[in-house]
Amino acid sequence: MTKLIENLGRTIISFTAELGRIIMLLLETIKQTFIPPYEIRNTFVQMLEIGIRSLPVVLVTAVFTGMVFALQTYTGFKRFGAESVVGTVVALSMTRELGPVLTGLIVAGRAGAAMAAELGTMRVTEQIDALETLATNPVKYLIVPRFISGLTMLPAVTIVADIIGIIGGYVVTVGIFHTSSVVYWKRTWDFLEASDIYNGLIKACFFGGSIALVSCYRGFYTSGGAEGVGKATTGAVVLSSMTILISDYFLSNWLFR
Amino acid sequence: MIRLEGLYKSFGAKEVLRGLDLEIGKGESRVVIGGSGSGKSVILKHIIGILRPDKGKVFINDADITVLRDRELYEIRKKFGMLFQMAALFDSMNVWENVGFALTRHRKMKLSDIREIAIEKLKMVGLVGVENLMPSELSGGMKKRVGLARAIAHEPEILLYDEPTTGLDPITADAINELIVEMRERLSVTSVAITHDMNSAYKIADRISMLYEGKIIETGTPEEIRDTGNPVVRQFITGSAVGPIKVEGVSNEKHFNRA
Ligand SMILES: Nc1ncnc2c1ncn2[C@@H]1O[C@H](COP(=O)(O)OP(=O)(O)O)[C@@H](O)[C@H]1O
Ligand SMILES: [Mg+2]
Repeated sequence: MTKLIENLGRTIISFTAELGRIIMLLLETIKQTFIPPYEIRNTFVQMLEIGIRSLPVVLVTAVFTGMVFALQTYTGFKRFGAESVVGTVVALSMTRELGPVLTGLIVAGRAGAAMAAELGTMRVTEQIDALETLATNPVKYLIVPRFISGLTMLPAVTIVADIIGIIGGYVVTVGIFHTSSVVYWKRTWDFLEASDIYNGLIKACFFGGSIALVSCYRGFYTSGGAEGVGKATTGAVVLSSMTILISDYFLSNWLFR
Repeated sequence: MIRLEGLYKSFGAKEVLRGLDLEIGKGESRVVIGGSGSGKSVILKHIIGILRPDKGKVFINDADITVLRDRELYEIRKKFGMLFQMAALFDSMNVWENVGFALTRHRKMKLSDIREIAIEKLKMVGLVGVENLMPSELSGGMKKRVGLARAIAHEPEILLYDEPTTGLDPITADAINELIVEMRERLSVTSVAITHDMNSAYKIADRISMLYEGKIIETGTPEEIRDTGNPVVRQFITGSAVGPIKVEGVSNEKHFNRA
């Protein structure tokens, strides 16, 4: 019993210490963002990496999610004659929930893993020390561009995912179940508010920043050679996915109530 | 020029430096020798301010860098060039971008001019026609040369070498030693090299210091070190497993059980 409490105590302490270090890194990142010279080129490269390279997977995920959502709601709601609201259900779920979260999880798996692996490799091969010796702040040079890209590109990709998901829903509802195209769009627009869209994008923004911060943190403080890089990479994906799923509840509670 | 005073540094429970003193004069070429894991790299990282000591001072040109703010520290770093053990080339950049990195960051110069300078520095370290290759396309010896070219590109006053010959075949290692000697003569820099390769130490050092148990236990010219009376230094330079230095995890007494 004491063992259990001891272990619990230790876990809480190490969790708090880690959270503290992540917040320190966040503050340093924000500070370095505003000190010139600005890392424009690096930021552009990272934006391409996070935004454009994630797009294909996000598109496939969004279109099929929209389709399966329409399929399930249509067949389910038909039981009580409510199949005309499929458009509304798809639009609300995509913009408020599925667009940001699915995009976040995909970017965490792709770009988050890549960030942790790249920075981790740079750490264990002393490239980060080399940056220091060449009078270049590694937080500014490596982390700021990734953080800004996460913050800006995740909402951008999410908008695309929202649209594609809604189109996927349309294809199934109208194309396969032969309901009226006019009704689908009318139901989509009648109940969709601007706040659904931009609150979803606020979530995406938060997710993007979290993925970049957590993954860079894991990579930046890697130790223990190639094995350490592997651990940092999986750790980054797990931690950023958890952050997305848990913070999603609290953000939704705050934004949509 | 470089003065370390009473340096203490621990990582967790592991005490690496325990009151280390070291003074290196302007224009001198100093070699610090010591076993693997004894803290040689840690010393270099204190000199260039990547690590901060738990206790003690690091003077560069009479300024204590352990109390500097980040921005001032980055200014001081421009006086340094460092060659890393595995070269630590940026693998996202090609050779000339690596060599020109400090110039790209800190000087307002045209990229084409930086490329010219990089090619010239590469020539100084004996490399021609490699400027567009990626680091992954280079051999170990070539990487070290590129690393050296990168370290000298911004014309530093102090050069730090972390095990410059480790992992190279003897001939390539000797070529690197020659280069280090040449750098000192041509650029008249102050240099600190750390190594456990005695051939290299004798060749490039004005004076040699031995690191043992977190302190410098002896300093002398290569001749003085060769004739030392200190049993620890003797054991190290002759490379014997028997003596006062304990090899970690290995007992000096061996027991053979014969059936
Ligand atoms: N950043 C660090 N974090 C934790 N331990 C470190 C760090 N740097 C060095 N050490 C430890 O300090 C000791 C000395 O390391 P180092 O200076 O690299 O040895 P060497 O003499 O082989 O260059 C080693 O035991 C190493 O594990
Ligand atoms: Mg070392």
